[in-house]
Amino acid sequence: MPLSEDLRELYQKVILDHSRSPRNQGQFSTDSCVHIHSDNPSCGDEIDLYIRFNEDGSISDIKFEGQGCAISQASASMMTEKVKGIPRQEVLQMIQDLQHTVLGNGEVPNSETLGELQLLKGIQKFPQRIKCALLGWRGLERALSSAKLTLQA
Amino acid sequence: MIDLSHLRADFPILHQQVNGQPLVYFDNAASSQKPRAVINSLVHYYEKDNANVHRGLHALSNRATDAFELARDKVARFIGASSPDELIFTRGTTESINLVANIWASEFLKPGDIILYTGMEHHSNLVPWQLAAQKSGASVKHIPVLEDGTLDLENIDALLTDQVKLFTCVHVSNSLGTINPVKELCDKSRALGITTLIDGAQVVGHMPVNVQDIGCDFYVFSGHKMCAPTGIGGLYGRAEVLAKMPPWHGGGEMINLVTLETSTYKAAPARFEAGTPDIAGVIGLGAAIDYLETIGIDRIHEHGAALTRYAMQRLTELPGIRILGPAMADRGSLTAFHLACAHPHDLVEFANTHGLALRGGHHCTQPLMKRFQIPGSSRASFYFYNTTTEIDRMMEILHRAVTFFS
Repeated sequence: MPLSEDLRELYQKVILDHSRSPRNQGQFSTDSCVHIHSDNPSCGDEIDLYIRFNEDGSISDIKFEGQGCAISQASASMMTEKVKGIPRQEVLQMIQDLQHTVLGNGEVPNSETLGELQLLKGIQKFPQRIKCALLGWRGLERALSSAKLTLQA
Repeated sequence: MIDLSHLRADFPILHQQVNGQPLVYFDNAASSQKPRAVINSLVHYYEKDNANVHRGLHALSNRATDAFELARDKVARFIGASSPDELIFTRGTTESINLVANIWASEFLKPGDIILYTGMEHHSNLVPWQLAAQKSGASVKHIPVLEDGTLDLENIDALLTDQVKLFTCVHVSNSLGTINPVKELCDKSRALGITTLIDGAQVVGHMPVNVQDIGCDFYVFSGHKMCAPTGIGGLYGRAEVLAKMPPWHGGGEMINLVTLETSTYKAAPARFEAGTPDIAGVIGLGAAIDYLETIGIDRIHEHGAALTRYAMQRLTELPGIRILGPAMADRGSLTAFHLACAHPHDLVEFANTHGLALRGGHHCTQPLMKRFQIPGSSRASFYFYNTTTEIDRMMEILHRAVTFFS
């Protein structure tokens, strides 16, 4: 009874490592950051993002708290490592590229900029889990749009 | 343990590979598989007897009507109703509860009344009552659940008062396997004039049920968890209670006389069965009961309880496991657990790649998960066609999962 290739692809070592030891866990006081809560009611996964922005709109620091499956928590943990200091436009592009990657929508341009996040492509074969992988990222996307409004004001 | 493994031959679906491994189907509490006898009853009906019931004067309609009403007799007898007129066909447990929570509640619930349920109800026995409370001005209260997965009945007399208009309770918990003392609770309720509804979704077809012995006013169940097709189920209502209820859906079949101004209605069960029913589903439900009775409902229950005891004993091998529900010897045929090293969804995904069908999540009992402070659980639920060999196979897979995720 060997482990299936698909299963190994889904739960790559890096992903399991992030789920066991999530990076950037915790929160900032809510008056110094944007706080966004995301959940998947059907499975109960939750991610709370706490994001501080630089004046140019890039992310200066980010932490998260959450509960849920290995995929949702690992993806959020990987996200916090990836997006610090990156200009907002590039982060938005990254979110799009990641969505293409996990949905399996053909060739993803600039896929190399995703780096380690490309490991999440194993989720293509597990359509039920796509919403897990994107949970934290959808929250980040909303945070970026609300931060944009704040910055413009 | 009695050996019922020869019955596996009656279930075509069980003989397949999933992800290159032999299927082990342990999600019976969600839906059971169907024996060939039930599948054939549907084919026979559509190939030989298909016609609308109750209104035709031709041969096919008569045959369809006979088969339909014969099934009603079987179901009524199977659950111990005093008459087939006390058995209303619905789409299943959820629809049965909603019928009562709309129609009975609209007639009898008043502001200030209390609806009492328990902390281990399925969402389908919580939400309809919350909606009914909002509409009527009644309020909801619950009996708490103890750490061991049984009901906390120490303060029952303070909760079950004459202010309570309706008491409802799950007979066997789909998340814990607990068998609740529904007869005692219905006795207490009846003494206070409280109407009672028992949710038997995990019970009918799994252990003997006698609604008159339980003494409830309503008893609800689904066909698809007892070898029958999806989309068919039942609502037992005590004759005196049904007689006081206004109609539900209006339409054909539930009326006596219709004028352009007003209508008069039939008595139960027709009063609550407007429109063309799921005739094939009803016939399939009857065939399922015939099939289950050839095995014997006592033997089915005994086998399920024995499988569950065996599984619970073997599950303790796993490091970091928390098994939910009571350690009582007599249980519903399911066991739910939480592993420290893996979220239920990851564990169920891992199991699936090995051909093992488990259920992971909150099992539509979010308040219960909150009570036990877990995000969800993994559940193995059994039926008579499952074997200890399959449980051994599950354990092999779970041991591998622990190694993989730790």
